[in-house]
Amino acid sequence: MRANTASSTIQVSLGYKIFKVVNFIIMAFVVFFTLYPFIYLIAQSFSSEGAIYAGEISFFPVDFTTKTYNVILSKPDFFVYYGNTILYSVIGTLISLIGTAILAYPLSKKRLILNKFFTPFVVFTMFFAGGMIPNYILVAQTLHMRDTMWAIIIPGAISAYNVLLMKSFFESLPEELEEAAAVDGMSVYGIFMKIVIPLSKPIFATMFLFYIVGIWNNWFGPFLYLDTKDKWPVALYLRQIIMGATGTAEVGAANDEATQIAANVRSCCMVLTAAPIICIYPFVQKYFVKGMMIGSVKG
Amino acid sequence: MGKPALLKKSQPDMKLPKGALIKHVKKEWMIYSFLLIPILYFVIFKYIPMFGNIIAFRKYTGGSNIFGEKWVGLRYFRQFFSDASFWRAFKNTLTLSVSYLAIRFPTTLIFALLLNEIMNTRAKKFVQTVSYLPHFISMVIIAGMIKEVVSLSGPINNLIAALGLDRISFIQEANWFPTIYITSGIWQGLGWGTILYLAAMTNINTELYEAAKIDGANHFKQVLHVTIPGILPTIVTLLILDIGGIMGSNFEKIILLYLPATYEKADVISTYVYRMGITGGNFSYATAVGLFEGIIGLILVMSANLISKKLTETSLW
Repeated sequence: MRANTASSTIQVSLGYKIFKVVNFIIMAFVVFFTLYPFIYLIAQSFSSEGAIYAGEISFFPVDFTTKTYNVILSKPDFFVYYGNTILYSVIGTLISLIGTAILAYPLSKKRLILNKFFTPFVVFTMFFAGGMIPNYILVAQTLHMRDTMWAIIIPGAISAYNVLLMKSFFESLPEELEEAAAVDGMSVYGIFMKIVIPLSKPIFATMFLFYIVGIWNNWFGPFLYLDTKDKWPVALYLRQIIMGATGTAEVGAANDEATQIAANVRSCCMVLTAAPIICIYPFVQKYFVKGMMIGSVKG
Repeated sequence: MGKPALLKKSQPDMKLPKGALIKHVKKEWMIYSFLLIPILYFVIFKYIPMFGNIIAFRKYTGGSNIFGEKWVGLRYFRQFFSDASFWRAFKNTLTLSVSYLAIRFPTTLIFALLLNEIMNTRAKKFVQTVSYLPHFISMVIIAGMIKEVVSLSGPINNLIAALGLDRISFIQEANWFPTIYITSGIWQGLGWGTILYLAAMTNINTELYEAAKIDGANHFKQVLHVTIPGILPTIVTLLILDIGGIMGSNFEKIILLYLPATYEKADVISTYVYRMGITGGNFSYATAVGLFEGIIGLILVMSANLISKKLTETSLW
């Protein structure tokens, strides 16, 4: 990662020492600045309504309580929406992965003459797209996908950018293995399944994460297309809560102080929705970065 | 060195004798068969909507025919050109994007350079891990967080109150919207934006630093004369992409945060298209606006690319 290890051996001047201190302070500030909203949110989710309303929260919960979590988690709502999110994420990611891989694989083969047409065909969609309205009409009116999970899974299933990432990974695989397998009479399908896929686990991991985070976080697609509330993913449910619509009253109804619990409920729901991503994120972060690197650095 | 994958030139031209193409496809049909479903997907979900933009010039009042009913020429364009709300959205789009870009671009670059100066690998990893985090959080949660942090009883207002000033209802005041938009954008994207720079920095030949040192260059001069030139192609590429994206703004964030009270500063083209088209049912009108935005975006990215090709010999294609 470090580009200039060599410079660590340079004679340390006073100016450089001062710079190091300043840089440390800047980094500490960035870390604080990044984490503070999360800390605040968590503190608020464990605080009493009164304390939030009085503006007493800064870093830690005030009047610590888990009541809000108990109220939310004792009702089935949250689990239903979470279940939907998981369902859409799993099915959507699977479709996206397969679609991206079977497109990227042929495009990675230099010997295929028709790629001269297919590659720009795919890449062009990164620079010019149909826009919101034509997409909406296609999905909702023409294909009648409205109020089905396909409306939120299929239209964005294959990202041209991800195809390019995967394509450059496939290009970096050693040609010889596939050639040897072909000589042994293995079909293209066999080669893809038994040689290419096992060798490509890192890029599949990266793509898996890119896609699953996208679907997990998606609220606008569901907002446009899912009319039945029981089909909502948790992100859309959360939107209703933070926009202060009926959702607040529904959850808050379990408590007498419906108006004051709102801030609690909001932060609890946000914490609960973000929790899986935040918990898993530190362990999978390197795959995201690797994925970006594959795409960015030639050779 | 550090050129994004999209910059790759396509394969060299291969001249084919007659009939060779058929022979080629016959021989390679199995691998081409992989393309069948994905290409069909691109046709249906990318190209049909692209041609669906034609309803900007045709009357469409609902129904399943995505291409509309009859030609009306430039009627919808004339309509929105004479609509003050469109021009307000147009102005807001430019103001928000340009000021955001002007702040974000140098901030990200400086942050990348500073990160690169951290010699302790674990400390550097830690800062990176933390600063990438907000990139992965759903916009719904981000918007919710912003609302909590700037709320009347939130930490920023507590600070303001502690200084003896009056609490501000940030989210309700149009004049505060650009500040909220830009600050939260920096907060969410600062770390992730550095990745391509850091990748490019790892590709700089360490011998260049050695040579600079022998020439008596101090640390600062090394950054100026080795690091920055080394990542220049990346800087230019990202700038081109960003300029191409000026007509777009963070639709999801704005639609979650804006209010009729803040439309004056917050309503951008994409949110205007949404309200006109999907909420209002003026599909053709909204498509015309969206198409206008898309074409300007395409022109911008092409111009930026051309200029950069002339000046720095770095380009996307």
